[in-house]
Amino acid sequence: MWAGLALACAAGAAGAEPVAPAREAELIGMVRQDCGSCHGLTLKGGLGPPLVAPALKDKRMELLKHVILWGRPGTPMPPWRSFLTEAEAEWIAVRLLKGFPDER
Amino acid sequence: MNARVMLAAAALLAAGCAQLGLRGTGDLGVIVERGAGRLQVVDTTRQARTGTVAGLGDLSHASVVYSRDGRYAYVFGRDGGLTKVDLLRMRIDRRIVQSGNSIGGAISQDGRLIAAANYEPGGVRVFDSDTLELLADIPATWGDGSQRAKVVGLEDAAGSRFAFSLFEAGEIWVADLSVPRAPKIQKFANVGRQPYDALITPDGRYYIAGLFGEDGLAMLDLWHPERGVRRVLDGYGRGEQPLPVYKMPHLEGWAMAGSLAFLPAIGRHEVLVVDTATWREAGRIPVAGQPVFVMAQPDGRQVWVNFAFPDAEKVQVIDAERRKVVQTLTPGRAVLHMEFTPRGEAVWISARDDDRVVVYDTASFERRAVLAADKPSGIFFSSRAHRIGF
Repeated sequence: MWAGLALACAAGAAGAEPVAPAREAELIGMVRQDCGSCHGLTLKGGLGPPLVAPALKDKRMELLKHVILWGRPGTPMPPWRSFLTEAEAEWIAVRLLKGFPDER
Repeated sequence: MNARVMLAAAALLAAGCAQLGLRGTGDLGVIVERGAGRLQVVDTTRQARTGTVAGLGDLSHASVVYSRDGRYAYVFGRDGGLTKVDLLRMRIDRRIVQSGNSIGGAISQDGRLIAAANYEPGGVRVFDSDTLELLADIPATWGDGSQRAKVVGLEDAAGSRFAFSLFEAGEIWVADLSVPRAPKIQKFANVGRQPYDALITPDGRYYIAGLFGEDGLAMLDLWHPERGVRRVLDGYGRGEQPLPVYKMPHLEGWAMAGSLAFLPAIGRHEVLVVDTATWREAGRIPVAGQPVFVMAQPDGRQVWVNFAFPDAEKVQVIDAERRKVVQTLTPGRAVLHMEFTPRGEAVWISARDDDRVVVYDTASFERRAVLAADKPSGIFFSSRAHRIGF
């Protein structure tokens, strides 16, 4: 957890708006559990594609952020913008590209 | 010593006795602890845990089927793990990793075959239920034959057959494993876009796949496969803008009352009512969110519904006769599953984010017990051993 938080803080400083540490824990839980219902708890994929770092190596952060916020029409990927700010979507996208932190 | 400690001590003592003495398994079951890769073995008579079995891998979308004697639980893990767990000895009997990514499975009518539905590599693998030896590998190839589809909605049909759907291909296949090492496969193409899950009716006659890519269901009459797949509830929401879907509904649990069936509407805050005599829509019941499981009590009198994010803290109960919501419960955050005791006097509900399973009386809606569990997801009782489609 501490390693994850440290990583989060370092990356947060580089982003436009910071995400509060308590919210970071919620976002980690949300990605692991709710995104995990399609992409797998380990993010190795399910009905949705894998979201582990090697599987995303050709993807740009902006694309991931856009898909998180707006979904992918024609696929089951829904838009999450009602539940996430742009900064939060970016926070998730950045961490997915690096290898997403574990819960706890 | 407080009451909780005493209860825990009593449970331990009882667990010890259970291991030593003779007992049946009809009131046993398992709770999947999704993050921990562990099962809790539970006793629905005492409403308590009797033990745990660990080392089952990634259980993020785990499902369970039972041997016909109700002793062994076959656990299908997301990571392709297939584990045969002995409920009496509370330990792993056998375990294999049969694929890279699995969604669930089924057991044959005679109990001899276990079939696993795989996403990666897309297809079905069939195993000897005793030894877990691989008997048949059925790749879900489609298109020009170079692609493999993810397999969903794998169900047991009569006579050593399994029916399943191919997500990307929009096909339903029926595999006959009368000769297990030489499966015969009947394929039905163009059944509709993106079948995401399926069910088999309690009598084993109809196999019905839900379609994500369009409004409607694809139905195959297993008594008359020569008649092909037909569409039911075609375009039930056409013209309306569906809501985004934050969790795929599950079709297992086929809720029936008389000739009516209750199904989750996809992308809508509704439960669909279907007349099974005509397979036409007979109504819609507004509910608190997007339904995930719509499950009938064993007596068919009430139908219980849980919901996708962000309404997952609620459970609603529908009176099947009046077709109205009569109760809203809040068992905890992120309700993932519900399981009825064999005759339905109680329902066990998992609340993942509150790390607990809550047991309710289905008549009074009173809480009967709360069990601690680490991120609980599916709950599976051994009474599934004797039900078609479970």
